[in-house]
Amino acid sequence: MELTVTTNGTASTHDVEPRTLLVHFVRDTLGLKGTNIGCDTSSCGACTLHVDGESVKSCTVLAVQADGCAITTIEGLAPSADAGRVGAEMHPMQEAFREHHGLQCGYCTPGMVMAAVSLLEENPTPTEREVREGLEGNLCRCTGYHNIVKAVLDCAGVLDDTPGPIAWPTPVAEPAPAGGAGA
Amino acid sequence: MIPVSFDYVRAESAEHAIALLAEHGDEAKLLAGGHSLLPLMKLRLATPAVLVDVGRLRDLSYVRDAGDHVAIGALTRHRDVETSTVLHEHVPVLAHTASHVGDPQVRHRGTIGGSLAHGDPASDLPATVLALGGTLVATGPDGAREIAADDFFLGFFETALRDGELLTEIRVPKVTGAGWAFQKFNRRAQDWAIVGVAAVHDPDGIGTRIGLVNMDSRPVRATGTEQALAGGNTVADAAAHAADGLEPPADLNAGVEYRRHLASVLVRRALEQAGAGA
Repeated sequence: MELTVTTNGTASTHDVEPRTLLVHFVRDTLGLKGTNIGCDTSSCGACTLHVDGESVKSCTVLAVQADGCAITTIEGLAPSADAGRVGAEMHPMQEAFREHHGLQCGYCTPGMVMAAVSLLEENPTPTEREVREGLEGNLCRCTGYHNIVKAVLDCAGVLDDTPGPIAWPTPVAEPAPAGGAGA
Repeated sequence: MIPVSFDYVRAESAEHAIALLAEHGDEAKLLAGGHSLLPLMKLRLATPAVLVDVGRLRDLSYVRDAGDHVAIGALTRHRDVETSTVLHEHVPVLAHTASHVGDPQVRHRGTIGGSLAHGDPASDLPATVLALGGTLVATGPDGAREIAADDFFLGFFETALRDGELLTEIRVPKVTGAGWAFQKFNRRAQDWAIVGVAAVHDPDGIGTRIGLVNMDSRPVRATGTEQALAGGNTVADAAAHAADGLEPPADLNAGVEYRRHLASVLVRRALEQAGAGA
């Protein structure tokens, strides 16, 4: 069936099978290979991109569900048309990931960056815990979370990088009592 | 992993969706946010011939103050339930539960109606709607009817929705100021609950009610504990009856006895948090 989307600012119309997943549409039909396929079961978040400005796992969305929507992929995040080339201007989140070495093998990075941008849209000044919880849908199997979280906090302008003893990540504790009368 | 081929039709209104269901019969499946159905279709555990997409029916996406209760459109996304100021004020346990479904990406797509209609005993929201004693509104060719949450979950992925019906609204009573808790125990972020507990303690209103996640083949209440509390037992004694009469599943995460024990621990914590022992 016919599908019209605006991808990274450019509108286009395509004929797709209804069962085509959004991630396959983006990679194979549009040729934008920056969005990775990881687990293919909506667990790992490698395929995260934005539909109408919000993060989604594109392995669990049909392309036809995005008909008429604006899609942003990692390729469209930077303001410059020559994004990705050496010396080109990057999105502040991409800059922060580079600055803090928020990646090791890099496979989770596009999805991680897209999830982080969406997170800051909803919560511009998160705490470290809110960043960790906000990225719970994205797995880094290099386990490089420490620097990823630092990058996101720095991008939000709330990183406390005062020199001092090594700041080990705080273990995520039991949620604080949430009850009304019991709290 | 790609689903088996199917025909895709986009419903333009609730009436259109119901007409499409009538036209295609049991070949058709409703698609809301797709975060329960599409994974099953990708694994080819579900192979509907026709998908009726109701995901764009924005007139079924709302959270409204309706006097003694809050009315939620079935196609309201988890994200919108999580952030609803009406729910934060009057039914905070539901907003809090929605914030624990999956992860942010899932909550941007998944809907409350889709989650309830799926009838998965491992889902979070059914337990909370049971604890609240909510009402579900199903609309079919002959009009709308109300189904009590207690009568909605019939069996493993089986609900009281009839063929050709669309879940259109969820109503939950206001429990403003009541005690509440939602306990979800899992080993990794974003996993399904191994066991989950939703508790509402509202002595001047709906009473003390407890819903359980993953403790039977369907979403259930902890009636053993509720009855023990009504009989004057302490929270600790009543919580020991959390799994009475229930048949929890055994899987990679936990065996039956582990789940029974976990349910009693989590029910006790939930009741304490909700102030039921005070």
